[in-house]
Amino acid sequence: MTDAPAPPLLTIRALRASYGKIAALKGVDLDVRAGEIVALIGANGAGKSTLMMTVFGRPRARDGRIAFDGRDITHLPTHLVARLRIAQAPEGRRIFPRMTVAENLKMGADATEASAADHAVDLERVLGLFPRLKERLTQRGGTLSGGEQQMLAIGRALMMRPRLLMLDEPSLGLAPLITRQIFDAIRTLNRRDGLTVLIVEQNANQALRLAHRGYVMVNGEITLSGEGRELLQRPEIRAAYLEGGRQRA
Amino acid sequence: MDYFAQQLINGIALGSIYGLIAIGYTMVYGIVGMINFAHGDIFMIGGFIALISFLVLVSIGVTAVPVVLLLVLIVAMATTALYGWTVERIAYRPLRHSFRLAPMLSAIGMSFVLSNFSQVSQGARIKSIAPIITGGYTLFETGGFAVRLSNIQIFIVLTTVALLLAFSWLVGRTRLGRDMRACEQDQTMAALLGVDVDRTISMTFVIGAALASVAGLMYLLYYGVVDFFMGFVAGIKAFTAAVLGGIGSLPGAMLGGLAIGLIETFWAAYFSSEYKDVAAFSILIVVLIFLPTGLLGRPEVEKV
Ligand SMILES: Nc1ncnc2c1ncn2[C@@H]1O[C@H](COP(=O)(O)OP(=O)(O)OP(=O)(O)O)[C@@H](O)[C@H]1O
Ligand SMILES: [Mg+2]
Repeated sequence: MTDAPAPPLLTIRALRASYGKIAALKGVDLDVRAGEIVALIGANGAGKSTLMMTVFGRPRARDGRIAFDGRDITHLPTHLVARLRIAQAPEGRRIFPRMTVAENLKMGADATEASAADHAVDLERVLGLFPRLKERLTQRGGTLSGGEQQMLAIGRALMMRPRLLMLDEPSLGLAPLITRQIFDAIRTLNRRDGLTVLIVEQNANQALRLAHRGYVMVNGEITLSGEGRELLQRPEIRAAYLEGGRQRA
Repeated sequence: MDYFAQQLINGIALGSIYGLIAIGYTMVYGIVGMINFAHGDIFMIGGFIALISFLVLVSIGVTAVPVVLLLVLIVAMATTALYGWTVERIAYRPLRHSFRLAPMLSAIGMSFVLSNFSQVSQGARIKSIAPIITGGYTLFETGGFAVRLSNIQIFIVLTTVALLLAFSWLVGRTRLGRDMRACEQDQTMAALLGVDVDRTISMTFVIGAALASVAGLMYLLYYGVVDFFMGFVAGIKAFTAAVLGGIGSLPGAMLGGLAIGLIETFWAAYFSSEYKDVAAFSILIVVLIFLPTGLLGRPEVEKV
């Protein structure tokens, strides 16, 4: 991190969202600056996925403000948020099961204004990152293994040439080796291309090591935030997300 | 044998018309999960617009048959597509997030609106037109029975094949087609990838209506008549075809259309034309009992 912090790319202020009568976000503040990797950790049901989806207006914010690159996007329709090139590899992966791997990736490319030649370059890069996808370009998305689907979901998001990449539990259900590969890939993209990343993870240890900064969410509220490695040392984090997590694992 | 061959030809021509209508049912079902009961009436509107365009063209002195057909085809497709777009916009979109039965009730309402509108504006009587495509070929003749293939049947089958090729290209190879399939599989994810879901759904209605209008034109050419009620019967048969083929499946819709056309024709030829409509529905019931997902439908479990 530099001394003079970059201006925030994504700014979330006092954000509230709910499903029917159930409040899921109860006034969340969060910033992601350009070039940063930010980790969001928290227990099951804390509201992490909701936060990522609320940026896209699903569910709509009840109150508060979301700004991207200085522009208020709180009430922008979902597809227009996406066209700002905010990409999400969402919870559950949401691969199009009856499209081929190539078509799934094309869906990401379609969101950009880039030319066909640029798409070809992007495709090569994504396939370089995830060589397993290369052998399966004509296979239907629904028939991929869980790990391959996760790679495809991330690859599809990368095809959007994202200005902000949101990853919702990219390591879920993956073998440790694959998880390491994915985390390495994210780190490389961040260092080499300055890719900005907001990542939700159960694996707090790995996520906080990867991230520049982290936020801890409990019951729809941010309870702690700070530099990734600093958060790792905090006793309350160790107790809630690390030691306990290791014992369970 | 000759009689059989003749019925086969007739059944394929009729089945092509049902198939083109059935595609509209199946597309809309695939993308918004509702049965568009007004679709049969869109087909009827297509028939009327074709009729009116013919009369207008003839009255202003355009008589070259290929030119007339092409112009009528374009006008009918464009105008009917506008009807399809409007119906979705005013009757379905506002109800999309309402309870499940709401759009269906609205669709039944739209069906009445469209047929009553035709009845009031065009009259309740059957409207007829002089044959436009005439002639044909005698394929073979034995024992006094001639198997004939008429030019109109050739026109129907060739036009259907051309439309199906264009349509498959659109769905399989273009961005709009990809967006349509994405919306069919996961609308939220499609939106997260920048797809304008509302617009894509509108386009689905537009394309379905355009195909149905071609079916309306074919019906007019084949039978020489249109009336405000024809959308109901043909619509139900095409819907049956869509279910028979496996609702949601595009090749299934065409296959189901052909099946219904053939069943109806053979039934009328060998048993009785009185009960030909019953035949199609009896087959439907039998199929649904033994093959609930239709001929080409995918089992529900595969849905994500
Ligand atoms: N579609 C929905 N309808 C109703 N309630 C929902 C819906 N989605 C989430 N919730 C509720 O909102 C709360 C936050 O859920 P969310 O999915 O954001 O949690 P999370 O932090 O991502 O959890 P996890 O780590 O298990 O993925 C939970 O109590 C959940 O039950
Ligand atoms: Mg979650």
